Amino acid sequence: MTLDKTMTTPQTTTMDGNSAVAHVAYRVNEVCAIYPITPSSPMAELADSWSDQGLRNIWGAIPEVQEMQAESGAAGAVHGALQSGALTTTFTASQGLMLMLPNMYKIAGELTPTVFHVAARALAAGASSIFGDHQDIMAARPTGFAILGAASVQEGHDLALIAQAATLAARVPFIHFTDGFRTSHEYNKLTLIPDAVVRVMIDDELVHAHRKRALSPERPFMRGTWQNPDTYFQTREAVNPYYAKVPGIVETAMAQFASLTGRHYAPFIYSGPADAERVVISMGSGAEIVRETARWMNTSGEKVGALQVMLYRPFSIELFIKALPASVKSIAVLDRTKEPGAPMEPLHADVLSVLAEAFAEGRIAAMPRVIGGRYGLSSKDFTPGMVKAVFDELLKPKPKNHFTLGINDDLGHTSLTYDASLDIEPASTVRCLFYGLGADGTVGANKSSVKILSEAQDRFAQAYFEYDSHKSGAETISHLRFGTAPISAPYHIRHADFIACHKFDFLFKRDVLSAANPGVTFLLNSPYGPDEVWDKLPRTVQEQIVDKKLRFFAIDATGVAMRIGLGPRVNTILQTCFFHLSNVLPPDEAIAQIKHFVEKTYGAKGHAVVKLNFAAVDAAIAALHEVEVPAKASGTLEIPPIVPLSAPDFVRKVTGEIMAGRGDSIPVSLLPADGTFPGGTTQYEKRNIAVEVPIWEPDLCLQCGQCSIVCPHSVIRAKTYSTEALAGAPDGFKSAPVNARGYPDSYYTLQVHVEDCTGCGVCVENCPAISESGDARRAINMGEKRPILEQERESMGFFEQLPMPPRERVNYANVRGVQFLEPLFEFSGACAGCGETPYLSLLSQLFGDRLQIANATGCSAIYAANTPAHAYKANADGRGVAWSNSLFEDGAEFGLGFRLAVDKQTELARDLLQKLAPRVGEELARDLLAATQFSESDYAAQRARVVALKQHLSPIDEPDAKSLLSVADFLVRRSVWSVGGDGWAYDIGYGGLDHVLAQGRNLNVLVLDTEVYSNTGGQSSKATPLGASAKFAAAGKRTPRKDLAMQAIAYGNVYVAQIAIGANPEQALIALREAEAYKGSSLILAYSQCIAHGIDMRTGMKQQARAVASGYWPLFRFDPTMRNSGLNPFRLDSTRPRIPLEEYAYRELRYKTLTRTHPESAAEMLRQAEAAAMERYRNYEDLAARDGSRFLPHWESLA
Amino acid sequence: MDLKTTYLGLELSHPVVASASPQSSTLEGVLRLADAGAAAVVMASIYEEQIRAEELAVAALSEQGNDSQPEATSYFPAMADAPGVLEARLETLRKSAERAGVPVIASLNGVSTGGWVEFARDLQQAGAAAIELNIYAVPANPYEPSADVEHRYLEIVRQVTAAVSLPVAVKLSPFFSSPANMINQVIVAGASGVVLFNRFYEPDIDLSTLQAQPDLQLSTAYDIRLPLTWIGLISHGFGGSIAATSGVQSRDEVVKYLLAGADVTMATSSLLRHGPEHIKTLVDGLRDWMEERGFSSVAALRGRSAAGLSPAHAEGFLRAQYHTILTTGYPGYPLTQ
Repeated sequence: MTLDKTMTTPQTTTMDGNSAVAHVAYRVNEVCAIYPITPSSPMAELADSWSDQGLRNIWGAIPEVQEMQAESGAAGAVHGALQSGALTTTFTASQGLMLMLPNMYKIAGELTPTVFHVAARALAAGASSIFGDHQDIMAARPTGFAILGAASVQEGHDLALIAQAATLAARVPFIHFTDGFRTSHEYNKLTLIPDAVVRVMIDDELVHAHRKRALSPERPFMRGTWQNPDTYFQTREAVNPYYAKVPGIVETAMAQFASLTGRHYAPFIYSGPADAERVVISMGSGAEIVRETARWMNTSGEKVGALQVMLYRPFSIELFIKALPASVKSIAVLDRTKEPGAPMEPLHADVLSVLAEAFAEGRIAAMPRVIGGRYGLSSKDFTPGMVKAVFDELLKPKPKNHFTLGINDDLGHTSLTYDASLDIEPASTVRCLFYGLGADGTVGANKSSVKILSEAQDRFAQAYFEYDSHKSGAETISHLRFGTAPISAPYHIRHADFIACHKFDFLFKRDVLSAANPGVTFLLNSPYGPDEVWDKLPRTVQEQIVDKKLRFFAIDATGVAMRIGLGPRVNTILQTCFFHLSNVLPPDEAIAQIKHFVEKTYGAKGHAVVKLNFAAVDAAIAALHEVEVPAKASGTLEIPPIVPLSAPDFVRKVTGEIMAGRGDSIPVSLLPADGTFPGGTTQYEKRNIAVEVPIWEPDLCLQCGQCSIVCPHSVIRAKTYSTEALAGAPDGFKSAPVNARGYPDSYYTLQVHVEDCTGCGVCVENCPAISESGDARRAINMGEKRPILEQERESMGFFEQLPMPPRERVNYANVRGVQFLEPLFEFSGACAGCGETPYLSLLSQLFGDRLQIANATGCSAIYAANTPAHAYKANADGRGVAWSNSLFEDGAEFGLGFRLAVDKQTELARDLLQKLAPRVGEELARDLLAATQFSESDYAAQRARVVALKQHLSPIDEPDAKSLLSVADFLVRRSVWSVGGDGWAYDIGYGGLDHVLAQGRNLNVLVLDTEVYSNTGGQSSKATPLGASAKFAAAGKRTPRKDLAMQAIAYGNVYVAQIAIGANPEQALIALREAEAYKGSSLILAYSQCIAHGIDMRTGMKQQARAVASGYWPLFRFDPTMRNSGLNPFRLDSTRPRIPLEEYAYRELRYKTLTRTHPESAAEMLRQAEAAAMERYRNYEDLAARDGSRFLPHWESLA
Repeated sequence: MDLKTTYLGLELSHPVVASASPQSSTLEGVLRLADAGAAAVVMASIYEEQIRAEELAVAALSEQGNDSQPEATSYFPAMADAPGVLEARLETLRKSAERAGVPVIASLNGVSTGGWVEFARDLQQAGAAAIELNIYAVPANPYEPSADVEHRYLEIVRQVTAAVSLPVAVKLSPFFSSPANMINQVIVAGASGVVLFNRFYEPDIDLSTLQAQPDLQLSTAYDIRLPLTWIGLISHGFGGSIAATSGVQSRDEVVKYLLAGADVTMATSSLLRHGPEHIKTLVDGLRDWMEERGFSSVAALRGRSAAGLSPAHAEGFLRAQYHTILTTGYPGYPLTQ
């Protein structure tokens, strides 16, 4: 069976760009070596899933899909597979492509046919971004790879095949790219290439020739030798004839493809009148917008042309000149990239130099004026209005060169002004916008809607999705177009014929109706009925409805969904309403189609799920009501400012604007040039995403802190204070006498920041206090937020002004004490119930005011620092967490760099202080140099000394004094941590981590171990346990997780701990403090539950306890300092396994799912997993039982 | 020595059947039981409620976080052909039935009327040799008359037996006002046999959470007494098959149940304690006992002690205990007068 069973004749279907590319790549390759990276991951995941299902390529073989530890590894494996004769591919993007560059030079230099399919994406610079542009492609242009760029989903599909055919013929490797997200994630209708066409396009003789060139002991040779000044140069030049042939080969392949499919392509595609005088040149999805805008302008009598560069490398001067109309007088070249310091961006430079050369050589009669500009970085929306502005600019006698589009560059004044409202789309296209929540299924419903809408032969549809920066409570915007003509509009909808708002609160956060065309339909999911909803709308929304004469419909979809048992998933209900109101299909047909897709989507998941969704479809229309719209707006509700007026200037002007969805309008001058942003902005969000929040019961509370220590979003805070401090407390402010002995007249309050809470319920599950009345109440219980919100706002305000208990008076050694330390990591964008964030919160509580974090890319970087939501903050004294993210692969090295710099500057400070002791006071200098920095009171004293030192130094106008002033802060011991996930520590960053740990420097490493790549969607890592299913290990991972702890312990001088805060928070606390106090390297592996485990996240901490109780996750500490006393440094902190592994594992879908999908091997794998866990435990037990002399010597004293 | 017996119309090589238990929940487990010599295997019960709840849980957990953030549209591998919760169970049944070499009986616990029938059809289609209806419902509603409870049972039996062509056994609880009548009615309603009895797993109370919690206790040899009594009372002339379950620890219990009139005995606890290989111990023990006592076939042994054989036999079942207590008191507490 091949991928498409009936693929002898063309079929049309609707899919996203990644799927369209993968459909071809899978069929024409034998090996895929990959590493997950956004936005290319779905291509690799699809290939893996097909391989798992046994689908075959065109030669009848099942392609082998191999996940690697990094893109560098993937490229190495691709190189090796190619050199061994297999048709091999990879899928990647951005930083991944950067890591492949060295091998790409090799692959190209060895004239090896392959196609790398890239979802083009921005590069990490002052900031990182997952979104699309051509920076990665442009960085790869010197490698020797040919570059073929697609503008649409159909082109992505077609060019994948053309690239494969061409690479085999040319022996030059290809990058085939689509625009990340804009094309890779856009759903559009396309015609699939039948297998028969693929067979014709791929010449088996060329495949055989590739195999014949491969390494073989049967005909041995050596490839990849090292050369010297005498021959290397000539070898590099020897490839030229091959490159010269590439454009012709691509043309031939395109011609053959056209004859087989009727779809025509060319290395350079010109669209427009033959006598056009103005031409805009572009590449990728932007080219489609340029083409469509030019077409629209030409209908108004203009003569403008669009030239799409499809084959960018090798750049054929001849074909380019041929494609360009001879009449052209002015050209604008659009680059979706940025090359700081270059005279111009690469495509611009190429076009200009090619034309200059052609003109100089007399190949063109006149030299047109050429200008260029940048657009669309990081998927910045690129619109027809912008294109028209460029064409208009070309009319000017002195057009602006090196311009930018789509931003307000008030700094360099490069921007072109444009008409943001320009609408060029045909009247036959219906455009719909859906504002939803990530968890409500809106995106999923629209993915099925786009398929329903394009099902008929003569109907077309397109869908694209925007997401915000949060993993919990994320807001989504679905852009859905449909009509009777193909849809070539890869940009956001700004003129909507239908708008649905699936979350009522959005009306108070963003301008939902600005895109509404007059007289169209507005559907609102409202908790208020048709008679009362009008008065609950913000006045501006009422005005929009009245002014635009919108038809207004309301449904309590959330209520219906809850009643039916669908929880928060309102998708099917609202999808039914959409079809009903849009009237795009006859009602019966629409219902039948929705049900068909429900069956298709959920059929495999069982009758119960299908039944619930069918019930939702059937209940929807009855609950839908048209709201009578009054003649004018009469509302009194205003949309509140997104951040309080008291917020800092930057937060109001920048952070707040981004939060309100107006980031596109922020001028360049307001944004930091070097990526430096203020932390602590999450406190301004007040997202109010939880329906239910924890409510404290003072009378039942043990004041133990077990709720706050596990809170993933640091929303539960505790303070103690004197009776007097209660004066002025608002009514309803809760407090209880401190229940510990020795604190008379002291009160305790547990305050929940309900507006920042995600409602995960982990705190409630972890509360040990139970009501004696037998009603299952605990000291903290989930309750509806709406009725208590106003009261809680007042209480929070009062609570925040209560003084924090002095740090030096807090007992750090237990959970009860730690609750009184202020977290300097709060309200992150992490998933509800996240298992990672409680550790970060704790880290910030313990060391936050002297903490410097090197964060490897991954979830922990995203939920902490996805602009505008920055979760690390400063305390009231202005001290706090200094945080930075370098890359995915270098979290440990980055942290070591911190350490080296900190140590060097501390050394400098101490040297200078010794030198300047007579000037600043001998006693102060002595105290500063001899200070013990261990306890909080030590730090407080040292800080006071540093303040005194600065006072002494300030007036001294001498170089040494100034120098000491610049490094005086280093006299307070800094806590340096590398933080990241297991994907980093076990895989991509493993080599670096290993090296860094081996250096013995005082760097602490915290691995938030979810045992899977969480951020990119659950791909297997080397931390993934045996018997658990994950992407790229769908049938269950066959090997046990790597014992990273033992590897580090083997060095003998690394502090190592394995912790699980839900199983033993005190042990976690001790381990973090010991690691921090240890003067060498330390490594902490922290069990972190994740939605990729398939558990009810509310129960995550209990699951941690089971992981420990089953022996799967033993708790231990290896403290090399114990060797100083001749003691065994390894202490096993958890008991022997006391529940079967199954009792832990089969509560998680990642394990349990195998009992359905692979029942025969599931039981065996569980047995193996149990045996592996037991054996590992026994090893630890043996280690713990050893005599203290049987360990490597502790080298601290030698350091 | 002829150990053969017939249960629900199925010819079995001997009367020791592996009852529904975690051991028979997987293909591997069923095959292990069959290989260990079970004459038939009753697969672990399919609970309608559990299946439906698991379907919803799997759907919810596998969709958690989907389409919520741009980097991950999902968190679990796409498995287009992955079977659903029920399908996976049916597949295990299908493969077990194909490969066990002995009859594989499916056990079903429904909730809704539609559920019973629908699932029973699925089980038949998947290749079950027979269906055991495990009607496990605690009649805790103080306003529901016992007649209604009985009617509910019988209605299920009627509907299922009408919907499938397989023989159907009904596993009953002993807690009916007139158990003998209820057992007979089940047969009249269409069942081919009964399994006596279902053990209610009485919960314990957890002193840390103060909540009732399941506390599964394996049966002991003493637990045969209640089923033994009722089998002995009803077996003579009974119109269907009788399976005896609870307390089959050694060959003695097997023999006693057969003497009381059971067609087969079902073992669970002893197999969980000692492993499936214990089946051989039971069967060999039965054979040895029969040899010692000169029985040449199970047929000859079956019902030899049943109440219906004679008034004397009946007296033993109906009056003996009462009589003993009246005359000698409870063991260890002799009557003083």
